[in-house]
Order: sequence, then C-alpha cells, then structure tokens
Amino acid sequence: MSEIALELRRLTVDIPTDAGMLHAVRGVSLTARRGETLCVVGESGCGKSLTTLAVMGLLPEGAKRGAERMELAGENLLKASPSRLRALRGDRMAMIFQDPMTCLNPSLTIGDQMTETFLHHGKGRRRAALDRAVALLERVGIAGAAGRIGQYPHQLSGGLRQRVVIAMALMCEPDVLLADEPTTALDATVQLGILQLLAALQREMHMALVLVTHDLGIVARIADRVAVMYAGEVVEEGAVRAVFDTPRHPYTRGLMQCIPQPGITAPGTRLGTIPGLVPYLVGEVAGCAFRGRCPHAMPACALPVPVREDAAHAWRCLL
Amino acid sequence: MLGFALRRAALAVAVGLAVSAIAFLLLRVSGDLAATLAGEEASAAEIERIRGLYGLDRPVIVQYGEWLLRSLRGDLGRSLFYPESVAKLILDRLPNTATLATLGLAVALLLSIPLGVVAALFRNTWIDRLALALAVLGQAMPSFWFALLLIFFFGITLGWLPVSGTEGLANFVLPALALGWFSTPVLMRLTRAGMVEVLAADYIRTAHAKGLPVRTVLVKHALRNAVAPVVALASVQFGNMLSGSVVIETVFALQGIGYLAWESISRRDFPVVQGILLVVALFYVVLTLVADLLNAWLDPRIRSG
Amino acid sequence: MSGAQVTRRARWRGNWGLIIAAVVLGAIALMAVAAPLLAPFDPYEQILDDRMLPPAFVDAERASPDHLLGTDNLGRDYLSRLIYGARISLLIGFFTMVVSGVIGTVLGVAAGFFGGRTDMVVSFLVTTRLSLPVVMVALAVVAVLGGSLQVVVLVLGLLLWDRFAVVMRSATMQVRSRDYVTAARAIGCSVPRILWGEVLPNVVSGLVVIASYEMAQAILLEAALSFLGLGVQPPLPSWGLMVSEAKEFMLFEPWMIMLPGAAICVLVLAINLLGDGIRDLTAPEGRR
Repeated sequence: MSEIALELRRLTVDIPTDAGMLHAVRGVSLTARRGETLCVVGESGCGKSLTTLAVMGLLPEGAKRGAERMELAGENLLKASPSRLRALRGDRMAMIFQDPMTCLNPSLTIGDQMTETFLHHGKGRRRAALDRAVALLERVGIAGAAGRIGQYPHQLSGGLRQRVVIAMALMCEPDVLLADEPTTALDATVQLGILQLLAALQREMHMALVLVTHDLGIVARIADRVAVMYAGEVVEEGAVRAVFDTPRHPYTRGLMQCIPQPGITAPGTRLGTIPGLVPYLVGEVAGCAFRGRCPHAMPACALPVPVREDAAHAWRCLL
Repeated sequence: MLGFALRRAALAVAVGLAVSAIAFLLLRVSGDLAATLAGEEASAAEIERIRGLYGLDRPVIVQYGEWLLRSLRGDLGRSLFYPESVAKLILDRLPNTATLATLGLAVALLLSIPLGVVAALFRNTWIDRLALALAVLGQAMPSFWFALLLIFFFGITLGWLPVSGTEGLANFVLPALALGWFSTPVLMRLTRAGMVEVLAADYIRTAHAKGLPVRTVLVKHALRNAVAPVVALASVQFGNMLSGSVVIETVFALQGIGYLAWESISRRDFPVVQGILLVVALFYVVLTLVADLLNAWLDPRIRSG
Repeated sequence: MSGAQVTRRARWRGNWGLIIAAVVLGAIALMAVAAPLLAPFDPYEQILDDRMLPPAFVDAERASPDHLLGTDNLGRDYLSRLIYGARISLLIGFFTMVVSGVIGTVLGVAAGFFGGRTDMVVSFLVTTRLSLPVVMVALAVVAVLGGSLQVVVLVLGLLLWDRFAVVMRSATMQVRSRDYVTAARAIGCSVPRILWGEVLPNVVSGLVVIASYEMAQAILLEAALSFLGLGVQPPLPSWGLMVSEAKEFMLFEPWMIMLPGAAICVLVLAINLLGDGIRDLTAPEGRR
C-alpha cells in the first residue's frame, strides 16, 4: 500500500440559497494515494466538482465547508491558515479546470503564466523557470515548445491549451493533481490523447491524480480506483475492476447499463436509463437519496444507511 | 492589425471632412459674411465689392475647397474682434485647455479606477452601494452648478484656492476637479463592470489555484484585463473634456479655448468659433483613432489577428 | 406561485430606487402641469421692495412669511419661479428625447436591419456626430437662430441621437437573426411590417432606458446653455438661468444658487433612477 497523498473524511459543502440551505456535498470520504488515479464519477450536480474545489479551498463565495479530516500528504488542511493554503496551492496540490478556452489569461503569454507559479513558490530563478516550462511543454507533447512560450492563449487550439494548462499545473511537481472534467470541453478526437497523457504523467511523477468525470468510458480506461457520487454522497467506492465487475449499489448498476459494451450491445438496442430525477438537496435529506428512483427501495431506506464493505470495495446500501 | 488600422484611418478621414464641412457651413449660415466684413454703415455696392474681393460670390463648394486647403495650411482666417489671426488665438489658449483636460482626466482616473475596483471587490455591500450612489449623484449634477459649489466652498468659504483666472497651477485645481468629476461616474461604472466580469472569469480561479497572493491575482490577472476598455473610453473622455471645458472654463474665467469659444459666440465672432470647432472636432477624431488602435494593441487577440 | 413570479416580486421589492424615483418624478410633473394653481405668485411679477429676501430656514429674521423660498434679485417669488421652471425642464427634456429618439431609432434600426452599406453610412454619421463638441455647437446654433424653446429642443434633439442609434442598431441586429424574423420574411411579410411587428416590440425595453437617460442629458444641457446665456432667454424661469442670475450674489446669498441647482439635481436623479430601475426590471438577469 503506497503513501496517502490526500485524505478526506466526512466532507460537507453547504450553499445558502434563497430557498434554504443546499447540502451539495454530504459527508464525502475519499482517499487518494501517490502513484494512483482516483476517478470520481457522477451526474452533473452530484457535488463532485465542489468536492475538489473544497480541497483547493476555492469554493464559491458563501459556500460553507465542514470536514472531520482533510489532509494533504499528512498536513491538516483544516487547520491551515489562508496564507499557508496559498503556499500549498499550486505547489503541493494543483488543479486543472474544465474549459481550457477560458482558464488561461488572454492578456499574458503562455510563458508568463507558466513561470509565475514556479517563481512565486520560490522554486528557482527566471531562467530555471523558463527551462522547466519549455521542458514541460515538450513533455506534454507541444511541438516547438520554446516558440510557444512567447505566444498568447488565443494563438493555440483548444487541445493545445489544455496541454498547456496541464503543464502549468505540473510546474512545481505537486503531490496531488485534481482534474475537473479536463476533456469535456474538447473534441472527442483530442480527448483520448489528453487522458493518456494525464495517466502517463501521474505514473512518471508518482503523484495522486484525482480525476472528476461523468464519463464511465474514461474511468474504465485510466482509473485505479473509482468513487461513484450521487446527490452529494459517495455511494460506492473501490478498485475499478471490483466496481465495474460487481457493482453493488443500484445507482452504480444503473450507470453501468447506460454504457454501450463492445460485442454485447447490438446496434439498435436501447441502452439503460435511470428513471426519475436527481433529488432536491435543499433542506434536510434523510436516508438514501436514491430511493425515489431505486427499483429495490423499501421503507427502511428512509433511515440512515450503513456503509458496507467487502475486500475490494465499499458501498452505501442496505442490499 | 494593418487592415484594421487602415479601415479606421479611412473612416477618420471621412469624418474629418464631414466635420469640417459642418464648421464651414456654420459660418455661412451665421449671417452675410460680406455685410459683416463691410461694417454696419456700408452701402449695398460696398458689400458687393467686398463679396467679390473675398470671393464670396463663387459657388459654395469652391469656397469650401479653398477654405479647407487654407485651414490645412494653418490659416484659419481672422477674428472679427481681436486684431489677431484665429490660429494664433487658438494656439495661445490651447495649452491652458490641454493642461486643464489632462488634469481633469487624471482626477477622473484617480477617482474612478480605485472606486470601481473597490466597488467590484465588495460588490453588493454598503461600500459598493456608496460608490454607486456617488456615481448616480455625480451624473445628476449640472456641471456649472458643481463648479459653483466648488468655488463657494473651497474658494470663498475656506479660501484655499483661487476661483478665477489663469495665473498659476493653483488656478487649475478647482476647474480640473469640476471637469474630472463628470467623467468619473461613467469610468467608475465601466471599471466596476469590467472588474466584476473579470473576477468571475475562469482564469482568475486558475490564478488562485496557483496559490498566487491576492494582490498579484488582482493587479496582474484581473485589473489588466478589466481596464483595457477603461483606457479606450478614457481617451474619448479626454475629447469630451475639451468640449466640456466650455462650461467649466467660463465659470472659472480660465483663458482656454472653451472660454474663447463662449466669448466669441457671445460676440458673434464666428470665424473664431469656426476655427475652434474645427480644431476640437479634428482633435477628437484623431483621439478616437488613437484610442481604437491603442485598444487593439492592448488586446493581443486583435493585435496579432 | 411560479418561479418567474417570485423573482419578479423580489425585483420589485428590492427596487426602492424605482419606486421613489417614480413618485418624485410624478410629483414634479404634477407641479409643472398645475403650476398656475400651485404657485403662490406670478413668476414674472417684480416687487422691487422685496428683493433678495432669504427663505425662513436661511435667515428667519429677514424672511418674509409670504415668500416661502425667498425672492430673487428683482423681487420675484423664488418658489413660483422654481415651480414654473419645472415646466421648461420637462418640456425641453421630453421633446428633445422624442426628436432624438425618432432620429436615432430610425437610423439604428435601419443600420441593424439592412446592414451593409446602410450600416456603414449610419456608423459614419454616428462617428461624425460624436466628433462634434455638443455644448459648443449648441451654443453657436442658438446664437445664430435665437434662444427660443423650439430652437433649444431642435438643436439638442439633433445632437443627442447617437446613443439611440448605437443601441437600436445592436438590438435590431440581434433580433434580426432570430428565427421568428426569418420566418416572417419567409412567409413574405413586407419590410416595414417586419420592422413594426417583429423588431420594434422586441427592442422597446432598451429604448425606454436610453430615453430616460437622454431626457436627463437634455435637461442638464438646457440648464448649461441657459446658464451660459445662450439657451432659454430671460425672463423665463429656467433653472439654469436662475443659477446664472444668482451667481453674482453667491457670496452673500448662496441659497440662491443652491435651490435651482438642487432642483435640477433632484429631477435628473429621479429620471436616471427611473431608467436604472426599469433596466433592472426588464433585464433578463435583473443585474445592473
């Protein structure tokens, strides 16, 4: 078992709205180890992005965070001062956002944006920063990296920009790299290359990669472990093979039926769908949040649901 | 960039021609120039003689062409009141107006950018509302009235500053405040709006995710993008200040071209009015051209596109 | 109750500015209409024995109980002149707004709808207009044509249409590309009919906001022209003219410039707040 890079215990994020308190993340526990890729999957609005933002300390204004434990490579983030948190951000933990078209500052050069992280965290002088930036741009597969340094974001295509964003996040060799749907905004043809790059970099730099996605195809390809989120909770978590081969939570099973499987799904057959809508998370939510859509729901589902485990994974269901 | 610059320059030339035609026509419709030149007691024959002498009997378009050529060489005609050429009158007064407008713009920027940034940072708090209330109030005050209030409080009641004349820099303080005050609301709102938009941008979140200090995020990443439109508008405001100076210079009896314009209009000294109109309008045309090009240059998307 | 109703109510509730502005503006308009009934004196009647009497709140000893807001340097009742002055400001503001609104809207809609060469011509006209210094041109034209209400309205109307044109142009361009306009064209509706029936109703809320802004601008400019002696002519009680007449007595009777100036300020403030309020009410997100 390798070293734990990021550990979350019972993380909550509450967002005040006009209608009342929205419990967007409700007691999420996750563990990410060095040299491992953890995928967090779920529909939009299930709280997966907020979870990563909470780790970075970048929650939207007004959102309240609570947790039993939140540690980055053994350091307690809950006790970290804002300035300590700023020192960790970009250095020990880095984040890649969804849309590379808007994540880069349009009026600063690529080189300027890449080196500022390195320089600010005191990793070296300007010369060293530029060398590292060029080396990383080359590593992420950008041809003519030295020439790109002086260019502005608008001069690059979407796929190239996302590679720049990835290289930028790696400037200080973080322990944890959080990636929030890094390929959703890109063309399908570019997506695979970016994902393979992320997986390779994770192995090379021996860091923990936390990849947020709604795409199970991605998960199957690159995850070591997977956490399935539904309505602000982790409903099932474990080694990727265990979760895919023997899904235990009805929601996970529903998700699995939504993916077409080569050789099994014939053309023209209907894929599975999960009937119903995601529950409304304003106000207190008791019991299993999925019971309104669950084919196996029973009266006991309205009570607090225990977490059950086997050797390879854990799930939150009575079944 | 070159194509953009050429298109903008062509428009500027066309507008310059139109503006000059308007200035030319203003003098024509202001009365019979030949009769004015001949003097009040001149006979009809004398007026006709002068008309012929000055070429005022030829087609208007020919006269316009000649006038335009003369104007471009710097000959704007003679004042009916002062024993001097219009060009000399304007050149004598222009430095005062330029000083006033520059100081006014400085006042406006020094007030509006910090206020706009602070309002954006504390948006929807009392600080934001206070800044907005100031802007709304500022837009509602008549400029001459605000100038009189400044004179009353700082000049008369407190006796700190001179209230009229052009002797020294102290004479420019109150006029510059009055002039700058009126560009402040619009520049402040623009700074605030730009800042609010930029602060919500993804690249600001990226900058925070890099662990940069708040100051670096605000100045290097946010302000730079937020003030680009402010810079463009500020140069247009500079042009507005040149024309707004009519009111302010008159109130403070500051010897600039605005005051000269008001005096000349009151005395029906239309050759001077015409000259000032032409100079101010052309200045504005050049200024907007420069602003457009500057703005394009500040925005790398246009610069290299 | 639907979500839309909730937000609409919330907007109204949070919009005290709009309510106050509407009340103030209504009161001023009422004052202007009912001026002969409300004004205690004839605004032109000079009582030379009662010159420059201050209002009671400035100097209770010298004040006269007859003249609530004092009298001017010719012994005319200040309150009556202020009440009649509202007529001038509102008349000029309103009609200037109408003239400039018609010019600007026609040009802007034409540019936005037809595009191409029409658009180029209109943008050339707008740029030319913006290059002309408003105050200077207005002063010069009034000097040539004389300072009647009609001339001031005409001059300002011809100078203040640019914003209407710019906003109407972009609004029309947005509307033009929508499906329902394409559909109307496809079924063979005539151009005027499309403009009147499809385009205009969709840009009208933006129009109201600019109209309020331009009306405020026109009132401020009229005051400035009159203050400089080349707007409305004496003895008409224009507020700007009143400030001008009072300024030589500013040292001893500062209230004489304060009152008409404050009147302009309140009127313009009310109109601007009304415009802002309407914009917040009609904007899709309700943001400013």
